[in-house]
Amino acid sequence: MRTKISDIKIRTERLNIYYGTVHALKDITVRIYANKVTALIGPSGCGKSTFLKSLNRMNELTGGVRTEGGVYLDEKDIYSPQVDMAKLRGRVGMVFQQPNPFPMSVYDNIAYGPRIHGIRKKSELDAIVEDSLRSAAIWEEVKNRLGQSALSLSGGQQQRLCIARALAIQPEVILMDEPTSALDPASTLKTEELMKILRTKYTVVVVTHNMQQAARVSDDTVFFLNGELVEAGKTKELFAYPRDSRTRDYINGRFG
Amino acid sequence: MTSKIKDGLILGLIYLAAFFTAMLLTGIVVFVFIKGSGFLRWSFLTTVPSILKGTEGIAGNIVNTLYIVSLTLLIAIPVGVGAAVWLNEYADRSRFVRLVEFTTQTLAGIPSVIFGLFGMMFFGRTLGLGYSILTGSLTLTLMVLPLITRNAQEALKAVPDSYRFGAVSMGATKWYMIHTILLPCAMPGIVTGVLLAVGRIVGESAALLLTAGSGYSLPKTGDGIFHKIMESGGTLAVQLYLNMSKAQYDAAFGIAAVLICIVLVINFLTEVFAGKIDTVKK
Repeated sequence: MRTKISDIKIRTERLNIYYGTVHALKDITVRIYANKVTALIGPSGCGKSTFLKSLNRMNELTGGVRTEGGVYLDEKDIYSPQVDMAKLRGRVGMVFQQPNPFPMSVYDNIAYGPRIHGIRKKSELDAIVEDSLRSAAIWEEVKNRLGQSALSLSGGQQQRLCIARALAIQPEVILMDEPTSALDPASTLKTEELMKILRTKYTVVVVTHNMQQAARVSDDTVFFLNGELVEAGKTKELFAYPRDSRTRDYINGRFG
Repeated sequence: MTSKIKDGLILGLIYLAAFFTAMLLTGIVVFVFIKGSGFLRWSFLTTVPSILKGTEGIAGNIVNTLYIVSLTLLIAIPVGVGAAVWLNEYADRSRFVRLVEFTTQTLAGIPSVIFGLFGMMFFGRTLGLGYSILTGSLTLTLMVLPLITRNAQEALKAVPDSYRFGAVSMGATKWYMIHTILLPCAMPGIVTGVLLAVGRIVGESAALLLTAGSGYSLPKTGDGIFHKIMESGGTLAVQLYLNMSKAQYDAAFGIAAVLICIVLVINFLTEVFAGKIDTVKK
């Protein structure tokens, strides 16, 4: 049932990424399913963040990156020369490890993305801002301070604001790069709750250091080690019956 | 001597040094204002020297100063900020970039009279612009460009990369990201550079004497702005120098007092904007 092609949102075929002479990702072939939360786990430097950033081509902002193989979003190669980067990043949004709201008002932060994509009408922007903030479960906290600087919010609020900002471009996929590692436990819990809700409308891919988090929030898990894909599968199965001994050792905390 | 007494002594000396520095500024300002006070009348600021009318004011020099400041900034800001954006956002860390940065730094250390010499020969003679406000402004543009570029570049460097990634991840093109996020964030630093540049322009005499000359007439009505910039025009600092060389000390101190007022205002504005940079970083 899971092999139906329409269920696959993103797939990579023999993806290889090099930073200069460093071979950061080796022959990665993965399927990411629509409306699921996929967790990417593995120790630091295993390539999980590199993999995440290859899905919206943010890797290319760093100089000296070479990508081989294919990444297909709805079966279209996102590395083909015809791809419009603005459109691609409009479909694949991103949330970063450190909350990074822009030094402008809450409202302008959320409206930033829609404005890039040509939405100028005040009423339309108002609606997007409210919807996005509601979807990111932060509307009640900021509805009376939309004009205030986003930098005046707490760290947890800032991260949910960044999620709202990513939602405002109405993406299909949301990439999250360790979105809770800079947050306190209460904010982490809120963000995790949010991820579970988000999958009803979006495909979520989340990099995490935290095994419990992967187990709590994700449907599927991909385990990376030294730039290789060790094991991928349904989270419940992977955590309960890891096929590879390295997976077992990692999720049991023997290294990492 | 016990260490307590030693500490107290050193502290006293430090206070003395600080007091001395503060008094130095106050002393100069007070001295200049007392000496110049005889000339600080409304008519001094609103007339030009005329034997017929018996006036000897500096209105022409004030207008010339405004012209040269505006014209120089009009050229130097786009070029300087543009160069900073290119250096910081577009250029790879290549040998060429390091060369440009090195050149900018060296340019800042060249004595202004050499800029004057070059400007007179190149803009004045070779390009045939003569002794004019335009020649003076082009020369000063070369002089203040390093100030504007370096300050803008420092300000751009201080903008966190996370803003860049955030904007690009939403589909912003590089230029869109630059003009919606980077330039607004860097604005206090850019303004600081511009104000420092204004300070240098206002205080410059040698380079301008050689390029813009010492004209002191007011623009004639009906001539338009472009006529004026092709004429010779001495700024306040140039006029001050000329007065001194003719032993007209009272008039020179009158101009000095006006110049000091301008510099104090510029410094105040620089403080305000520089303070703003710190709050942005926090």
